Amino acid sequence: MVAFAMRKVPNRETTEISHVLLCNVTQRVSFWFVVTDPSKNHTLPAAEVQSAIRMNRNRINNAFFLDDHTLEFLKIPSTLAPPTDPSVPVWIIVFGVIFCIVIVAIALLVLSGIRQRRRNNKRSPGLEDAEDKCENIITIENGVPCDPLDTKGGHVNDGFLAEDERLTPL
Amino acid sequence: MESPSARVDEELQSWGGPENPGQLPGRLGSSEYDQSRVVEKGRPKWGKPLQFLLVCVSYAVGLGNVWRFPYLCQMYGGGSFLVPYIILFIVEGMPLLYLELAVGQRMRQGSIGAWRTISPYLSGVGIASLVVSFLVSVYYNVINTWTTWYLFHSFQDPLPWSVCPLNGNRTGYDEECERASSTQYFWYRKTLNISPSIQENGGVQWGPALCLTLAWLMVYLCILRGTESTGKVVYFTSSMPYFVLIIYLIQGLTLHGATNGLIYMFTPKMEQLINPKTWINAATQIFFSLGLGCGGLIAFASYNEPSTNCQKHAVIVSIVTSTTAIFASIVTFSIYGFKATFNYENCLNRVILLLTNSFDLEDGFLTVNNLEEVKDYLASTYPSKYNDVFPHIRNCSLESELNTAVQGTGLAFIVFTEAIKNMYVPQLWSVLYFFMLLTMGMGSMLGNTVAILTPLTDSKAISSYLPREAISGLVCLINCAIGMVFTMESGNYWFDIFNDYAATLSLLLIVLMETIAVCYVYGLKRFGSDLEAMTGRTLNWYWKSMWAFVSPLLIIGLFIFYLSDYIITGTLQYQAWDATQGHVVTKDYPTYALAVIGLLVASSTICIPLVALGTFFMCHFKSRANFPMA
Repeated sequence: MVAFAMRKVPNRETTEISHVLLCNVTQRVSFWFVVTDPSKNHTLPAAEVQSAIRMNRNRINNAFFLDDHTLEFLKIPSTLAPPTDPSVPVWIIVFGVIFCIVIVAIALLVLSGIRQRRRNNKRSPGLEDAEDKCENIITIENGVPCDPLDTKGGHVNDGFLAEDERLTPL
Repeated sequence: MESPSARVDEELQSWGGPENPGQLPGRLGSSEYDQSRVVEKGRPKWGKPLQFLLVCVSYAVGLGNVWRFPYLCQMYGGGSFLVPYIILFIVEGMPLLYLELAVGQRMRQGSIGAWRTISPYLSGVGIASLVVSFLVSVYYNVINTWTTWYLFHSFQDPLPWSVCPLNGNRTGYDEECERASSTQYFWYRKTLNISPSIQENGGVQWGPALCLTLAWLMVYLCILRGTESTGKVVYFTSSMPYFVLIIYLIQGLTLHGATNGLIYMFTPKMEQLINPKTWINAATQIFFSLGLGCGGLIAFASYNEPSTNCQKHAVIVSIVTSTTAIFASIVTFSIYGFKATFNYENCLNRVILLLTNSFDLEDGFLTVNNLEEVKDYLASTYPSKYNDVFPHIRNCSLESELNTAVQGTGLAFIVFTEAIKNMYVPQLWSVLYFFMLLTMGMGSMLGNTVAILTPLTDSKAISSYLPREAISGLVCLINCAIGMVFTMESGNYWFDIFNDYAATLSLLLIVLMETIAVCYVYGLKRFGSDLEAMTGRTLNWYWKSMWAFVSPLLIIGLFIFYLSDYIITGTLQYQAWDATQGHVVTKDYPTYALAVIGLLVASSTICIPLVALGTFFMCHFKSRANFPMA
């Protein structure tokens, strides 16, 4: 694999497996290796080997069904995959949808409110309204509205005022 | 009386007012009578009594239950924190809640009108409530902004706060992200884009600004039609959080390591009961979580039928709020336990990997169980090598992971998101969680905005010029414009200022004045007989004693404690995010920030004495004008 990686580097196409020397092999499948130059009989500088390995890291990993975490080359930092960036950020799409829904709902409510008020004004210009959906119909007797009272029990007859409350105390 | 919307009744003996000292209180002239009856009849009502109950629940059950109560529970003794909590809930929470609901239902007006009816000298209490509600609504919706921001960002795979972005040459992760964590990075850098100190303002971030606009539009949509629309919306905003909490409870309890969190958090530490801070924090939490003093509860109750049994509602709402807090803390602690266990196991695995690599051990030889023995063995067999490796070995401790106690925005946006990203299908859990936060926040915002709008729409001066929709729109617009300050780079620091100082002292003072006003100025007996006539129920000795003695004393105690705390601490400090170090540092507030703090506190508290003095002088001059000296 290392030889294959080295072959990808220009000027090094003739690297053979025999040019890669292993040393310090341990039980735990870790080892040191150097790559020798075929013609000049010296080892290649680390930087060159490192850059070669970096470029072909993916193929090396795939050959062993490993990844960057399980197959580690000391002193060779792995190139991380950049996060996928969609052209339009997703959040703006969601924001746009919700925004439009809210604007439409507000417009509907405001317009219906205006229409209702215009209908009220047209229908009863002088009378105070009982149009709020929560109020009962006000019946009028002799021009005095007899509203059903909110308290429990009984209606107060407006015609009868308690006599003593009319008079101011001395 | 200049407020024609005061309700006239046989039972109402409203304060005649110092303007007309000679007139018998209670009876208006006939023309004002008609006018008052007609204006009274125009007052909107809740469609059903259930709507009133749900709107109170939605208002009271807010973000404080989710992110402050678990923190307090953890800091102040775990299970034993429930003892002061329940005691103070009975003694302080329920009575004060009932008081506010009763006042609102009795006076049938918003906060300004209600307190003016009780005593014109005390209408400053209503105005102070209005100011506090306004300040709170300005900054509270910023939380909803951040929640919507996170909610919209949850529809991605992977979640944006679960991975760090890469640095320039793609060999590693961004520096700031490495030093902090990915969730902290997303919060401080991507969401807030926070500046190193409060002095450096930076510009308005367009992303959060858009979300703020949307949040205010949503609030406007809900309050547009008054009780008609609010009453329907609260069916959703009050039930949705429980729905999500139950789902989270089921998920949380089945997570690996959840029981660790639950056991650790709920183990009672009895010695905390002696600590006075425990009791003070319990009282504060109950006080602020119920939303007392803002005028929201008074406004809600003013739309009630006078015969509504608000005592029952007060008890139900306070019980629901407290149980929600406890329920939410169970969920939070189980999630904490999961997160802590996950981090602890990760830490152990890293140590195992480090040792395996350094000593070239066989893979799988080191496990969690034999870690300690193997460490001793290695230390004795290869002492020099072990000493080299030793500084890199972190002492993994489950306790220290569980001990990370966070509250507030840090809990929701940093710690919880960290836990969520490790769950199965994190997008689903993230969406659920932030949706729950959003509905809770919206429910509380509705209460705040109704608290502002009710006095405004009650006042004849404003409501005769503008229709209700226009007033609501104007209020939302002004709040949104001011809220843009919080979307600047230093916005979070200003948010903390508002959060800590805008409401705390003022609300305590307002509620104290409320209890004194009802019990001593209006008269407890009179109020009790009013309530009896209205609802048909006599006032219990329990409520009377709480209102008259216990609650005011408690509030005075809290007030004194806070004042002395502020004075003793001396200069106020804040937590600033240091990007170079990757954690928060403490800094002092500059003078202009201190001035803003002072202004915040003063603007609401000073209304009370100012208006009282103003009313006094006005009636003094009026009476002199009426009876000029010969």
